[in-house]
Amino acid sequence: MFRKTLTLALLLGAAAAMAQEPAAPTPPPAPQTAAPGQASLPADDQAGGLIVDVEGGTSQPTPIAIPVMPTPAVVQTPAGATDTLGRQLSEIVANDLRNSGLFTPLSPGQLRAVSFPEVTAPAFDYWRGTSAQALVQGYIRANADGTLTVGCYLYDVSAQRELVRQGFVVPPADWRRAGHKCADTVYSRLTGEKPYFDSRVVYVSETGPKGKRVKRLAIMDQDGANHRFLTNGQSIVLTPRFAPNQQSIVYMSYENDRPSIYFYDLGSGRPRRVVQNANLTFAPRFSPDGRWILFSMAVGGNTDIYRVSSQGGTPQRLTNSPGIDTGGSYSPDGSRIVFESDRSGGQQIYTMNADGSNQQRISFGGGRYATPVWSPRGDLIAFTKLAGNFRIGVMSPSGGGEKLLTNSWSDEGPSWSPNGRVITFYRSGRGAGGAAQLWMVDLTGVNERRIPTPLGGSDPAWGPLRP
Amino acid sequence: MTRLKTAILIGTAALTLTACAKKRPAVLPPAPTETPATTGQTGPGGPIGNGVVPGSDADFQRSVTSNTIHFGLDQYDIDPQARAILDSQADWLQRNPNVRITIEGHCDERGTREYNLALGDRRANATKNYLAAKGVAPSRMTTISYGSERPIALGSDEAAYAQNRRAVTIVLN
Repeated sequence: MFRKTLTLALLLGAAAAMAQEPAAPTPPPAPQTAAPGQASLPADDQAGGLIVDVEGGTSQPTPIAIPVMPTPAVVQTPAGATDTLGRQLSEIVANDLRNSGLFTPLSPGQLRAVSFPEVTAPAFDYWRGTSAQALVQGYIRANADGTLTVGCYLYDVSAQRELVRQGFVVPPADWRRAGHKCADTVYSRLTGEKPYFDSRVVYVSETGPKGKRVKRLAIMDQDGANHRFLTNGQSIVLTPRFAPNQQSIVYMSYENDRPSIYFYDLGSGRPRRVVQNANLTFAPRFSPDGRWILFSMAVGGNTDIYRVSSQGGTPQRLTNSPGIDTGGSYSPDGSRIVFESDRSGGQQIYTMNADGSNQQRISFGGGRYATPVWSPRGDLIAFTKLAGNFRIGVMSPSGGGEKLLTNSWSDEGPSWSPNGRVITFYRSGRGAGGAAQLWMVDLTGVNERRIPTPLGGSDPAWGPLRP
Repeated sequence: MTRLKTAILIGTAALTLTACAKKRPAVLPPAPTETPATTGQTGPGGPIGNGVVPGSDADFQRSVTSNTIHFGLDQYDIDPQARAILDSQADWLQRNPNVRITIEGHCDERGTREYNLALGDRRANATKNYLAAKGVAPSRMTTISYGSERPIALGSDEAAYAQNRRAVTIVLN
């Protein structure tokens, strides 16, 4: 049935979670523009409807209109005035969609000012005169309890019909998330893919000369906003990764000249060592259910992969070869692990069961393979290929279908977006001044772009979709 | 004052060096040679030559062939040249049996980050094992891997890479 109210959704307990409003906003009135015959169609009927193809869509991005979101009343909030927020929200949506490579937002000069009642009664005659195939309208309203409500409506311009609507209630500090959620709603509806814009990246911020790089853990929204440092640079820090519940990270630090892995609660900001012994530990990763921390430990010159309960305890050894075994990453169902090993003479990619059994090599192309990470969709493994240059590539979990996505001097350390469609990595430059920067690339190898950060960056880890 | 003097005699190398710089010894020391103080003497033996304290890292560096050995690409074996260097390190360590060392393992940048941490550990341990085979007690030696985090040569060419693939022996205190 064609829904006339905002989607009812589960209210989540965490303070940072977003509540989805059950009732229709008042005003504006229910949509008037749908013809009587069309009103009975289900909202997600795709017959003849607008679809964006993720595989080929970047060659011809879909023009989309995202006018400034109006507000029923201009109210000052801790995040700013609601009319200013409305403009910024439309920019967040436009940037997210543009950066996916699949959409071309209309320039501001091509947009019209949309009044609050027009949000649910679009001026289709106007929009059909532009190049826009899709139209995103929304509004922002300050509520009496201090929260903000953001409505988000997607329309098919030529069919003159609403495709989906979502509403979000957020505390002012999280206002940008409403923009990302709106962009996710649009993206998912038009591509059929799972969303990814409302997510964060944790990484190592770098500055200084190559011989004495100052490294600090940092976290930011995937669009670069809300950037903050987590450590002060006194110790080398490497390879941070999110816990699945996003409340903590694991990383490696040279604190006290004892390089080892640490568990860091993002709320309390207090790190604690994961493994209590004197051995070098590194390359930590959480299991998908958050119960285990996979890591590498070097004992007497030999590095193997272990796991330990994320609550602490005795590590369990998973690999036992004389080679260097490192870089473990779980499959999304937690049943298997992909890792790298040089037991055959050079770095190659192997998979094994989560208990360490059935270890099998899967990479056999020319060159070496490292840093494997399993896609959250389960269908692919991303890796760094070393064959002269360092390049980012993907292959199936059985090792077939190898495809290289980048082609620069040194691209390394891929990490997947929550929907398995975009990969972030870091690119280094040559020479004494060579600095590392964060980049992203689409799974199809297109839309390669640098992610702006305050300083240089390496070791990015893309977190899960935020609830 | 007694406590203070004792501290100066057996304190850190930095403190004793500072003290030495300001004080003239009552008896002139022997002319500086490559051979350090007699067997078993450390610290309380007094300064040598330019004020280098026996058993210190400065004494180590001026006494041995080198505090650094190098490795081939992706290698961690001790080649003949490295062996000669480590032999001279082992000799000094035998003459200074109370000294502890840490061995740093390093890599060039042409490797992925986590693998380089493991390779640096391999290099540090290979060095430690060689010294142990030469009679240096393992309990005197710790290792630390820096992967490719602390290059000594900053270029992106083979000459720089060769310099960065190294194990460095550092005398503690």
